[in-house]
Amino acid sequence: MIDAPELPAWAALLTAFLVLAGAIITLIGSIGLLRLKDFYQRVHAPTLGATLGAGGILIASIVCFSVLQTRPVIHEILIAVFLTITTPVGLMLLGRAALYRDRYAARKDVPPESRTASTHEFD
Amino acid sequence: MTTLILAWAITTAQILLGLAMLCAMWRLLYGPRAQDRVLGLDTLYINAMLILVTYGIQTGRTLYFESSLIIGILGFTSTVALSKFLMRGEVIE
Repeated sequence: MIDAPELPAWAALLTAFLVLAGAIITLIGSIGLLRLKDFYQRVHAPTLGATLGAGGILIASIVCFSVLQTRPVIHEILIAVFLTITTPVGLMLLGRAALYRDRYAARKDVPPESRTASTHEFD
Repeated sequence: MTTLILAWAITTAQILLGLAMLCAMWRLLYGPRAQDRVLGLDTLYINAMLILVTYGIQTGRTLYFESSLIIGILGFTSTVALSKFLMRGEVIE
């Protein structure tokens, strides 16, 4: 399916560059998810697609629709803000859950639970 | 000419995002532990959302924007619910 909207030359080239860059960066992040050894290394890789890759593709969409409709169309910022807020929250919850499971299984390669907060409470 | 370049770039980007979805799907199916599978699911929905945005650029419709927003919201909710399940053994206490 080879198809594209009719844009002026500068807008078409800018959109093409941003879409390609975002897709390549997202692919690099997903290959990192596939290739890295440990879960705590793997949890870093997909954030490349959630920040820079998504940013490139969403800015390309903003440029394309703004030129097509000859007015500023910025509703893609909604997705960008939502991704920026939710990705750290979700991955931090997932990392805490993985750390809890590794400590529960008594694996050797995770740091032990720090007792400083609880000892300060009982001093 | 530039329209042809744009069409070629969007199709290539969709193929690359499909490869990224395949990587995430591999991690979802063969991840050694449960948290790897949840991470693969998280990456899979982000890639699906981006591929829908590129479909929106290709067709020039704003319909795909709304579906990608819904995928983002539901994907975040599912990641939080699955992490909560891995942490505590139940989703709502």
